[in-house]
Parts: sequence; C-alpha cells; structure tokens
Amino acid sequence: MDVQLKRGLLDVCVLAAIQNEDSYGYKIIKDVKPYIELSESTLYTILKRLETSGMLTVRTAEHNGRLRKYYRITAKGLARIEEFKTDWAEILAIYRFVTKEEQLYA
Amino acid sequence: MRKQQFLSSLRHKLSCLPAKDLEERLLFYSDLIDDRTEDGVSQEDAIAEFGDIDALAAKIIADTPLIHLFKETVRPKRRMQAWEIVLLLLGFPLWLPLLIAAFAIVLSLYIALWSVVISLWAVFVVFIGTAAGSIMIGIVQMCVGNVLPGAAIAACGVGLAGLAVLIFFGCREATKGAVKLAAVSVRGIKRCFIKKKEEAQ
Repeated sequence: MDVQLKRGLLDVCVLAAIQNEDSYGYKIIKDVKPYIELSESTLYTILKRLETSGMLTVRTAEHNGRLRKYYRITAKGLARIEEFKTDWAEILAIYRFVTKEEQLYA
Repeated sequence: MRKQQFLSSLRHKLSCLPAKDLEERLLFYSDLIDDRTEDGVSQEDAIAEFGDIDALAAKIIADTPLIHLFKETVRPKRRMQAWEIVLLLLGFPLWLPLLIAAFAIVLSLYIALWSVVISLWAVFVVFIGTAAGSIMIGIVQMCVGNVLPGAAIAACGVGLAGLAVLIFFGCREATKGAVKLAAVSVRGIKRCFIKKKEEAQ
C-alpha cells in the first residue's frame, strides 16, 4: 500500500478506535490490528501527531495501582472521521467506475 | 528479558533523544508491557512482541527529526568544569574548522546529488526548447518557399522532441533515485545515534 495512503488511513483508524469511548495504547493496537498493521512505535508517533493537531486529548487515570494514559477524541477528530467518510464515498464511486471499465474490456 | 532490563536497555539506546521525549516513550512501552501482562501474557513474551530491541530503537530514532537528535547530542549532559571550558576555548582554532569542514562535506554531497538531477532536467528543457524552435523555424522556412531546408529543420525538431521524451523518463527516474538516496542517507546518519550493545556494558 502507498505510504502516504497508509499514513492517512492509520490516523483515521486510531481516531475510530477512540470515537465511542476513551481508550489506551494496548487496547487501540488490539482494536486496529485486525484491519491494518500497526506497530507500537508507529502508534506512539500517530498519537503524538493527533494530539499536536488537536484531534485528541490525553488524560492520566489510576488503574490497578498504576497510572495509565487514556486518549479522548475531540470535535476536530470527529470531523476528521466525517471528512474521511465523504472522501471514501467519492473514491468508492471512482473505484466502481474503474472496475466496471475493466469488466467491459475483459 | 524482564521489564526493567528492557526499559533500561532501551533508555541507553535512546539516550540521544530529548529527555522529555525519552521519558514519554519509556512510559508508553512500560504501559504496554503492564497491559499485556494483565491480559495474561508473560512479561518475557510481552517484551518479545516488540521484536529486536536494536530494530525498535532504530525505528524510534528514524521517527525523530534529525535536528532534535543533534541538539540533544551536543547539549552538555552535566555542568562543565573550568578546565573543560578553558580547553574548549583553547581548542577553538582546531575544532571549529573541523566542524565547519564536516558540515561542508555533508552539504556539498547533498548539493552535488541535486546538481546532477537539476542538470538532467536542464538538458530536458534544452531539448524541448530546441525541438519547438526547430519545428517553428522549419515551418516558417517552408512557408517562405525554402521547402527542403525547412522540412529538414522541422524533421530535426521532431527527432529532438522524441529524444526529449526519452530524457524525460530518465530525469523522472533520476529524481526518484535522488529522493530515495537522500532518505537512506538521513536514516544512515540517524542510525549513528544509536548506542551499541558493547558501549552499554
């Protein structure tokens, strides 16, 4: 897969993993991994990027006697998911057009 | 490998990272190990899932901007002694030219790489310009009655346009190659910041 495309998809996948409830690193990896390859070091970089761009916030809460970082999506993050849905509806229409042309010439 | 041993080894290998970044990274990996352990995985297996620690350190450093690595490397790790400051000042005529020379070498290699690419594109522009000019002159010559010389000039122009198309593909591949080479060079420089096992002991 194209590097830039994968980078954009990973950002949205991480946002999707926290869109319904706050989540933490290990759970995000578990939720995203069935759909797209995501290493721990990549997740850290993505979380930092999304935090810097204001798409998520970080809070620390106690869990089993230790502090754990939780990530919460912001309005900007939710807007990014909506933007992704719109973009992909258009790309899917183009994909159907391209594959239909291929079927005609097959 | 146990958690503390892993984190200590990773801390050493990533000592070129800015202190705040390093602590955040280590906390992130510490959390991951704890969460995996709570999920029923043994501490050894939880750590093994990160893969080779050198490869992990290399990946983390590759994700860090080069300027941050340089800043952290040249930053004094402790307060300098008076004799060190004196030695630094006395050695100024020696280390400054060496430092400038090192930067000049890296910069000149970078400029040389892109000069080759720019030169190739310049050749492409010259071919396209000459081809367009030759075709136009050829047509004008044919219009004023010099049919044969005009046709010959226009034919040369078409030939040059064909060569320009071939040169375009060459230029495109050379540009892609230069971008890859520059990226590999930056990764190579970043790898120099990773502390090796022997140094850790």
